[in-house]
Amino acid sequence: MFRVLTAIALLSSCFTGAAFAFQVNDSALLEKRPQRLLSAYGLFADAPAQNPSQGVLPYDLTVPLFTDYAEKYRFVYVPEGRSASYHGQEAFEFPVGSVLVKTFAYPADLRQPNADIRLVETRLLIHQEDGWNAWTYVWNDEQTDASLKVAGKVLPIEFVDKEGRQQSIDYIVPNKNQCKGCHTFDRALTPIGPKARNLNKDFHYADQSANQLMMWSEKGLLTGVPSLGQIDVLPAMEDTAAPIDKRARAYLDINCAHCHRREGPGSTSGLFLTYGEQNPTAWGLKKRPVAAGRGSGGLTYDIAPGDAESSILYYRMDSRDPGIMMPEVGRTMVHAEGLDLIRDWINQMK
Amino acid sequence: MRQIAGLWIVTLIATVFSFSVTAQTIVEVSIDGDFQENLQEALILAEPGSIIQLPAGRFDLKTALSLDVPNITVRGAGMEQTVLSFAGQVAGSEGLLVTSDGVWLEGFAVEDTPGDGIKAKGVDQISFKDIRVEWTRGPHAENGAYGLYPVESKNVLIDGALVKGASDAGIYVGQSQHIIVRNSRAEYNVAGIEIENSYYADVFDNVATYNTGGILVFDLPNLPQMGGHSVRVFNNRSVNNDTANFAPEGNIVATVPKGTGLLIMANHNIEIFGNEFSDNASVNLLLAAYPREYNDENYNPLPRGIYIHGNRYGRAGWEPDMAVAELIAPATGLPIPDIVWDGAVDGIWSAFFGPDEEDRIIVKETDGTTFANLQFVKDLILPWGADVKTDLSDHEGRRAPIEPVRLPQEETE
Repeated sequence: MFRVLTAIALLSSCFTGAAFAFQVNDSALLEKRPQRLLSAYGLFADAPAQNPSQGVLPYDLTVPLFTDYAEKYRFVYVPEGRSASYHGQEAFEFPVGSVLVKTFAYPADLRQPNADIRLVETRLLIHQEDGWNAWTYVWNDEQTDASLKVAGKVLPIEFVDKEGRQQSIDYIVPNKNQCKGCHTFDRALTPIGPKARNLNKDFHYADQSANQLMMWSEKGLLTGVPSLGQIDVLPAMEDTAAPIDKRARAYLDINCAHCHRREGPGSTSGLFLTYGEQNPTAWGLKKRPVAAGRGSGGLTYDIAPGDAESSILYYRMDSRDPGIMMPEVGRTMVHAEGLDLIRDWINQMK
Repeated sequence: MRQIAGLWIVTLIATVFSFSVTAQTIVEVSIDGDFQENLQEALILAEPGSIIQLPAGRFDLKTALSLDVPNITVRGAGMEQTVLSFAGQVAGSEGLLVTSDGVWLEGFAVEDTPGDGIKAKGVDQISFKDIRVEWTRGPHAENGAYGLYPVESKNVLIDGALVKGASDAGIYVGQSQHIIVRNSRAEYNVAGIEIENSYYADVFDNVATYNTGGILVFDLPNLPQMGGHSVRVFNNRSVNNDTANFAPEGNIVATVPKGTGLLIMANHNIEIFGNEFSDNASVNLLLAAYPREYNDENYNPLPRGIYIHGNRYGRAGWEPDMAVAELIAPATGLPIPDIVWDGAVDGIWSAFFGPDEEDRIIVKETDGTTFANLQFVKDLILPWGADVKTDLSDHEGRRAPIEPVRLPQEETE
């Protein structure tokens, strides 16, 4: 059904302004006030089909953040003639006018991820003159365009999960402040995902398969990229050939460390889960809770080695209670696969 | 009076930075349609310097609110008139989160959050005036942890608050600097008022009652800000703290014995005066070292440089709980003395000859005030142990008073 709508949308965009239809609207991106409709930015040649405009490049992450099993379509745009600069550890530095686009969608059945897709929201992280800004756009029922939601929204979503069970959830569209709740580095709004170690993988582009960092470099999107051999690779969660320690730390890095780092919103806890954190107490090993309240679940340590069930980290990942669960936002379901990984990791510790 | 001061601050800031909006821009939050959306949108779109006016009434909120615009006043019709209820909250780990500087919250209540009540993180100048945070079912292990929860912040004012039922601390100021907590009431919490890993705090004219422990001044290891110091606790009433500890285990407050008036753990340079401690079944005033194992070479677990004078002590220590029952009562007998120091010091020299002058515990109280130094360290060193010392001769002396805390949001002249 959505494919039909796609065709209609395509046709209508042809009528309204053929010459500009597939061009990014740079001035719209730089306006201080956000646009009411997602289409005003011109980021997509075919928004319902999530086909980007020229210069907007799709990308993928090795280890994604868990968001209630939503499918995510990510895109990056850097204005013509400019480029982001490479960083080995942190997110790249993007020039003003850049935008990171992430659409959240649910297939009717997770076992068929490319069929019957409902687009839920598209989040934009725009680098403007005064810094990064975050806006969320919620798709209309007709799936033709998405409109700005400043205050966020709670949306009922239904889908069939990978085990074939029907799921109904209260999907949370975050507001700008909630975006910042994670996207904060030294108090400023900032991107999280586009880090070298998490982008260092092949991506199936329309015409070829290529390493993403090489492609970004080739297209002039990114400068200063060293040779691939010098760039870290995050092991994928399901890559059981990789050491469990690395997989678990990579998972925590992506799902927790945007807050749980010295420069992040979770700094007060003293629990720092960045991939490179070397201090065992800081990454949770026999670390006592500080301000966890009932989030501690009556347990003594964040990580009780060899005993996941007695570890606060596991307990909070396993909860759906807003007063207990971690991460605080971004999920209403438990990530069973992530939980399994962390359980196995803790249980094999001596 | 304070309300005027609040407006005046807004005016002042607006003048200094020449905002195009007038200082008194008032955004009235509408009750038409979705109140949650109206309020959250107002909190996001407000221009710096404006006042967000909450209507009187009871409002149910489903997700956490947040404020990230500087120099905003959020004002309700009073702590009994404007009530934000989070009993049905499905997302967010607090009721309201403030992450911007210069915010003044006044005259409303937050009830029944699954997590914390109001949190302010990493901000400069945060003021809570006549705010109520309450878990309406009373003490319960599944209540949220903190009522008012400024953390990693500077210039914190809590004035006229009422906080009830927190499963950790009602009023909790953590890892912050320049703090005033006054004229407030904390009841039925595990900890009434807690100052943790903080510098320069004045806690005065408060009432802490029916909590597990009335007032706590703590310093914990493995945190970005440690070495709590320069705290004054004065003219408070910490009485009848008689609620059984209902904190989830693992948290440090889960170790606070029922019926504790004031507990100083670690920290240095603390002044305690003019308070009333009474009807606390474990102990009126306890000075103790951090009791757990830790792995942090920069941390000092001892209370040092404590100056105690001019307090009033009523009945206490007749039915001690937890560590006071297990470790102190066998040494002192009942009732537990008014002031108890565990006597943990930083080495053999101090154990036998007393700590350095600046680290000493000085006590100047009226005759009849009872005291015990448990001499824990000496007791460990000497094969025959060490007796409890009950006379105050080692604790005479005087110390210059600690300077009062001043906050920029109160400098209205």
